[in-house]
Amino acid sequence: MNSVDEIQEAIRGAESVRVRGGGSKPALSLRHCNEDVQWLDLSRLSGVIDYQPDEYTFIARAGTPVSEMSTMLEEKGQYLPFDPPLSERGATLGGTVAAGLSGAGRYRYGGIRDFLIGIRFVDGKGHEVRGGGAVVKNAAGFDFPKLFVGSLGRLGILTELTFKVFPQPPAFATVAAEFDGLSELLSALDAVTSSAIDLHAVDFAPTQEGWTLWVRIGGLLNVLQDRAQALQAIVTAGAGLMRDSSLHHGQEEENLWQTARSMGWLGEGMGLVRVPLTPRRIPALENALGRSKATTRRYSVGGNLLWLGWPADTATEDSDQSSFGDLHNLLLELDLQGVQLFGRARRASTQYDGDNTDAGEGPLLGRPFQNAFLRRIALALDPEGKFEKF
Amino acid sequence: MNVHPLIEALSRLYDADRLLTRPAQLMAYESDALTAFQQRPAAVVIPQNREEVIETILLCHGHNVPFVARGSGTSLSGGSLPIAEGIVIALNRLDRILRLDPEERIAVVEPGVINLKVSDAAKPYGLYYAPDPSSQSICTIGGNVAFNSGGAHCLKYGMTSNHVLGMTVALPDGEVVELGGESLESAGPDLPGFFVGSEGLFGVALEITLRLLPIPETYRTVLAAYDSLHAAGDAVTAVVASGLLPGAIEIMDALAIKAAEVGAKAGYPTAPALLIVELEGEESAVEAEFAQLMQLIEETAPLEVRMAQTADERARIWKGRKAAFSAVGRLAPDYIVQDGVVPRSRLGDALAEIDRLSASYGIDVANVFHAGDGNLHPLILFDGREEGALERAEELAGEILELCVELGGSITGEHGVGMEKRAFLPKMYGPLEMQAMEDVRRSVDSRSLANRGKMLPAGEAESLTHVGPHPLEKAGVIFRE
Repeated sequence: MNSVDEIQEAIRGAESVRVRGGGSKPALSLRHCNEDVQWLDLSRLSGVIDYQPDEYTFIARAGTPVSEMSTMLEEKGQYLPFDPPLSERGATLGGTVAAGLSGAGRYRYGGIRDFLIGIRFVDGKGHEVRGGGAVVKNAAGFDFPKLFVGSLGRLGILTELTFKVFPQPPAFATVAAEFDGLSELLSALDAVTSSAIDLHAVDFAPTQEGWTLWVRIGGLLNVLQDRAQALQAIVTAGAGLMRDSSLHHGQEEENLWQTARSMGWLGEGMGLVRVPLTPRRIPALENALGRSKATTRRYSVGGNLLWLGWPADTATEDSDQSSFGDLHNLLLELDLQGVQLFGRARRASTQYDGDNTDAGEGPLLGRPFQNAFLRRIALALDPEGKFEKF
Repeated sequence: MNVHPLIEALSRLYDADRLLTRPAQLMAYESDALTAFQQRPAAVVIPQNREEVIETILLCHGHNVPFVARGSGTSLSGGSLPIAEGIVIALNRLDRILRLDPEERIAVVEPGVINLKVSDAAKPYGLYYAPDPSSQSICTIGGNVAFNSGGAHCLKYGMTSNHVLGMTVALPDGEVVELGGESLESAGPDLPGFFVGSEGLFGVALEITLRLLPIPETYRTVLAAYDSLHAAGDAVTAVVASGLLPGAIEIMDALAIKAAEVGAKAGYPTAPALLIVELEGEESAVEAEFAQLMQLIEETAPLEVRMAQTADERARIWKGRKAAFSAVGRLAPDYIVQDGVVPRSRLGDALAEIDRLSASYGIDVANVFHAGDGNLHPLILFDGREEGALERAEELAGEILELCVELGGSITGEHGVGMEKRAFLPKMYGPLEMQAMEDVRRSVDSRSLANRGKMLPAGEAESLTHVGPHPLEKAGVIFRE
């Protein structure tokens, strides 16, 4: 697709359309579909339309790579504080919004939903519609930008996005600590997240021997060292610390979080599923995962998000079985939801027969996504059902 | 529309003291904080629990009678103005904080809970609820959700929608759905985000899950006086460009300062413009940032600078600012509060133009605004007893809104479109956008029962013309006293 006109034409002409950007989340964008489905590739609908550093806002086409935008912002000392993930794999701004992806930095000032202030999208009738605006504060009309965060291309096709941005903190520091077990780590997590320290990111992950916690702060360099030491004292005050905690600065510190953004911790060829949750749900989930296949994983946003590595499907294209079917059932049991980003999506492997018309298929796992509100919205924006249903 | 069968049915659900139908009882519900408009509903019901709310909505739907959900009635855009021959669902008794969970840092509340009560309840745990509309001591969370309310501290942490994680809502036909959850993150479309700010058109929030934040360790507030609004605006530009991220940046003009003085005895310096900047966060970080801020402010040649050294001094600075709206009532019998937004860099242009309009109309306009995010609150003063004064004030208000749209901004930053600004929504959005909103509304509420006549032209109001700011008044449907 080279233009919005082409997208509109394609939607009007096709029976069923799907959209992809940079292909960085293949479970969403490189799926096998029936022949009557037309895939629209938006990677050429790219480029920054307007960037106003003084206003702390920019407008870009949906296919614009996140990396291109980040570089441009960095030159002006600004950034998207929610750490958009997968940029080095070619993630686009549109794909990041549609998949609803925020990274570790989301903890401090909010996620992608909080920074997206305006959109243009093509609806199922082929109309290009504008939602939100260009100013950072706006309460006029329905909030379409929020609706499209996490919409997975199923309510309309994003063509243009307006974001607010923030000034980049002059410096960051990270405290890392290893704990014997999950309960000790969760105590430290609670202590640090209830403290008055302004935290930029709080991630943790199981290791060979125990659990590692990473806590990031940012701000003026002249007081950062003192603040980091105060943070370190809180992190290490509880029980179960395995060895001395460590304090990280500079490029080495940045690399720790680059690993998080790029999912560098995920093994080669692994599937990847994003699961929102709260810290309290983690012990039960860990228990369930312990009974299941070996996984790699990283908890982010202070325990509000799990990036779950899951053995990718080894079954053949024709098989009805998928390893993600097991995960679907596990999440269903725990009343959680997941969106699969890497690995071949499952096909018709489960028995759920609720009102999800695509039950048992695709990248949506666990508790059904469909409800009466969403169904009515989708009916208004896509009356002929050209997009995939939830 | 015959509402008697519905009232009959409601009388089986509610005791007489919770089903109001006599004119004397209804009077208190005839308008909200946009007092220029009044409308008598057919009845007011006062449910005590969510089942009664759902049952009421089911009955309204069954009888095809429109309804308006209402909290404390503090809407400045007429958002909770009743519908003639419709029902008002007064949610004030659904005022329980159902769960306050300090570990997960959330509060689950009913819609009638007062905004400030959430922070009060969270305080023992070192937590607070961030959105702070000026009316926070009386406005309800349900109303905040419906209108995506803001406040002085939106700059850093956003408006209501940035703090609502999940909710249980009754759609306009009584079907109950769960949106979102308790996590900061979600999967699938952000439905709570879409519901917030929908001005009651998508139904009634029955239960709302709010995010709580740790109370900042410290605040540093500075008040600087300038010899012109322009100079104060330049100071804002300097602060924003420095990369500092204050919790609030506010400006008041001479008339607003006078009002705050008369109304709240704020003790402000007498000057053409006042700037308030507040930093919040950890003690050591804020100290360092404040030193940088003070250096910046000194460079902008202020007439006078005052720093709040204590919590009392901080409270006094904010008292004058938060009381400014109501205090303006001391300067003129009536006023209209506007709520336009312009790109931050166009603030100077906008204020100069408002000044020019004020002079050409011969109408005083006091300016109080959230300068950090370009959110203007011109207060247009008039005397409603003078023939045609309201109309002239509204005409001026309309010109200001058009100015905001022209400058690339919005007709509302935090008060909502409501009744007041619905003629202006199509100036901000094109026909396709209006159609998309109308389509979604019709799909969610096929009979346009929920808060009919607000935000979008709808249902039986469609026959009215939309040429002036207040077509219903022109049509003699609603009245001023």
